[in-house]
Amino acid sequence: MEKEVTAETLAKQQREISISEFFLKNKHLLGFDNPRKALLTTIKEAVDNSLDACEEARILPNIIVKVEDLQEDRFEVTVEDNGPGIVKEQIPKIFGKLLYGSKFHRLKCSRGQQGIGISASAMYGQLTTGKPIIIVSKTKKDKPAHYYELQIDTKRNEPQIIAEQIVEWEAEHGTKIKIVLEAKYQKGKQSIDEYLEQTAIVNPHLSLIYTNPEKQKIEFPRATNELPKEPKEIKPHPYGIELGILISMLRDTQSSTLQSFLQNDFCRVSAKVAKEICDKAGVYERSRPSRIAKQEAENLYKAIQQVKIIAPPTDSVTPIGDELLLRGLKKEINADFYASVTRPPSVYRGNPFIVEASLAYGGDLQKEDSIKLLRFANRVPLQYQQSACAITKSVISTAWRNYGLSQSKGALPIGPVVLLVHIASVWVPFTSESKEAIAHYPEIVKEIKLALQDVGRKLASYIRKHVRAKEQRARASLFENYIPELASSLSNLTGEKKEKIQEDLLKILKKGIPELEENGQIEK
Amino acid sequence: MDKLKNKIKDELKLLGKKVINKIEKKENPFLEVPVRSLSNVSYDKKSKTLKLGENTSKRFFFNVAHSKKFLQTVEVASICKNLLEEGKHASLRDVFYMAKRTIPNTKVNLVDEQTETDKSLEDLELITEFSREQLHVNANKMGSVVGKVKISDRGDNINWAKLGSGGWSIPSNVEEIKFEEVKANFVIYMEKQAIWERLHEDKVWEKLNCILVTSQGQTTRGIRRLLQRLYDEHKLPIYVLTDFDPWGFYIYSVIKYGSISLAHMSEKMAIPGVKFLGIMAEDIDKYGLNKHLIKLNEKDIARLKQMKDYEWFRDNKAWQKEFEAMKKLGSKAEIQALSARGISFISEKYLPEKIKNKETID
Repeated sequence: MEKEVTAETLAKQQREISISEFFLKNKHLLGFDNPRKALLTTIKEAVDNSLDACEEARILPNIIVKVEDLQEDRFEVTVEDNGPGIVKEQIPKIFGKLLYGSKFHRLKCSRGQQGIGISASAMYGQLTTGKPIIIVSKTKKDKPAHYYELQIDTKRNEPQIIAEQIVEWEAEHGTKIKIVLEAKYQKGKQSIDEYLEQTAIVNPHLSLIYTNPEKQKIEFPRATNELPKEPKEIKPHPYGIELGILISMLRDTQSSTLQSFLQNDFCRVSAKVAKEICDKAGVYERSRPSRIAKQEAENLYKAIQQVKIIAPPTDSVTPIGDELLLRGLKKEINADFYASVTRPPSVYRGNPFIVEASLAYGGDLQKEDSIKLLRFANRVPLQYQQSACAITKSVISTAWRNYGLSQSKGALPIGPVVLLVHIASVWVPFTSESKEAIAHYPEIVKEIKLALQDVGRKLASYIRKHVRAKEQRARASLFENYIPELASSLSNLTGEKKEKIQEDLLKILKKGIPELEENGQIEK
Repeated sequence: MDKLKNKIKDELKLLGKKVINKIEKKENPFLEVPVRSLSNVSYDKKSKTLKLGENTSKRFFFNVAHSKKFLQTVEVASICKNLLEEGKHASLRDVFYMAKRTIPNTKVNLVDEQTETDKSLEDLELITEFSREQLHVNANKMGSVVGKVKISDRGDNINWAKLGSGGWSIPSNVEEIKFEEVKANFVIYMEKQAIWERLHEDKVWEKLNCILVTSQGQTTRGIRRLLQRLYDEHKLPIYVLTDFDPWGFYIYSVIKYGSISLAHMSEKMAIPGVKFLGIMAEDIDKYGLNKHLIKLNEKDIARLKQMKDYEWFRDNKAWQKEFEAMKKLGSKAEIQALSARGISFISEKYLPEKIKNKETID
């Protein structure tokens, strides 16, 4: 006989899902799909944190990454920076609690949009090896360095302090973390080596020392002492807001009227524009924002789209800059020619963004292979989901044949090229949670293509010049070698002096070949 | 003779002088050569031969695409001048080796293949209007002849009927041989050496009182000139015996009208009076060759179409009939197919009947 299912029996099965269960079930969303990617994600989170912290504190970052093979699929990752350090009280929360941080819901160009934070790596390490995360941090020269061993209470999502002490650390300030995790190390595409190399390219102000599991020490020197411009935090632009976010903003605002809410909580909304929105939506502009009903909010949302609002200020977006991009590329890639372009800022759905592209040609790069495409969002390399990305689509749909590369339909061009495309934005639109591919907004695709065409033209003029010069040299030497032969045949044929004929021929050659380039046309 | 030789030498010298004049004027030196392709060849209805048109192309030294050919032609001119001076003759192969060398400081050879020096010689013929043989360059001996003919050549008396199984081998240059006695009624030229040997063994030349001539494949210049002399000087009818395929037909076409690549030599070599003896379409039924046909391949079909469109065949009903028949049949037939009827069928039945009934195509 079957058991009768009632609300009561169901209730017995219903319980709170622990954070660790959620984590394990959704690890693919968080960048821990497989042991290889887990290693990459861990290093990525740590390095991105270090870079953001250094830049915010206006410190030139020195980062040391060490990955040690502990055998039996266990690796120890150590990442050390010279950043501002973390105050003692914050350490357990930042590293021992999921979804804790300062970077959520902030409209600012920062790397932190990626992943869900270093605490996820700590949890992954804990779940796969049972080892706690170790943190050492120091904020000032005369302050002590704090040492912590932390675990996450996976039921309550709270930090558990295993050990806590004050230690000696010669560094003036900075943070060092150590995580042991189950992982796999492999070189090549989508490797940590590739990630660090690409990070060095787009962060020319970074000095990085990396020791790989094979105990090889690789140094990525700094190419500039110039820190990137500090990104400005901006208020959202009305065009970029979604209905759900609009509703929660209405609920949380400090403003007492709808009019002031629109003016104060958004950018580019003047009193006139605010009034126009309210009128179009049929909502009284002096209403209390918290009293706005869902239907009215929806009307407001629709009205926003119909009102003309000037584009958001674009000084909140900080590009790398074509000169620094070139320096970054030059120090990591040995090529014959480099070109780079930074597009003026543009806007998609109220979010300002800037596209940059640069390329390296020739030198050590492979001639017969497809070009190597490096994608970046806010200075973070995108290593997965290449084919789903708007950058890849834009590269493929650009006519590279016009720029001296061969290309079959629907494919990346072929040639000795590394092509780099960077998108900086206060809000980079990704296609999915894993944040590896940029969504196909027409405004973004258009800007990428304009940037590609720009560097493409530079490449084409180089190839033309270069190839032409090479051909001319070959031609000149061909004639130079033929001249003595012709002179001696003519001399034998006519009895004239060989030296004289030869001299005259060389004079013609010196006069310049292009004007001699008459084609042997058929004449009637 | 020496007078002619000096004239030829002067012509070669002039070619060199013209080039030097250009060079002294600091101009890009060039050679002007008539174009040798179908586009510049036309059929002259009056003389019934192929004639070279007026189109010329300029070959410049200072042009990457022309430079090497230019050099090759001048080099070969200088080789010919030396041959004339020394009074020696060289073969086409000799000329190739005389020109072949690596150009200093490069990995480039002045010539890589014999066809390159052969082409240079053809250019020189066109520029100087003297034949290759007059420039003292001979082709390889490729043909044999047998029949009741007595000649003298460089002071030797030769009887073509008394030279055993090999017959007399035809030199590349037949200008200087003298016919002492010609006791034949006609000449049969055949594409295939094997057939010639068959007919010679069966003493067909004696029985039908004719001259048998062959070369291997395309007819050499020496043979064409020999045939022309027999035709012109001794009024002998000339019959051509080839396979029933487009290539065989073209052999006939070259002997009769001249060739496209040597259109400038037509006058010296074309024999408008030659007739085609076989194998022709009606022979296939008549002599029961139906079971011994070979299917036309793609190349054959393409060549057949080209042949059909040649100006000199276009209005020739008899030939158009042959082309149509071959197309319809979709097959070709070799002369050797006659051997299926008996090894000497060709000597005892086929040829005597065809000659007697005058079954030929003009």
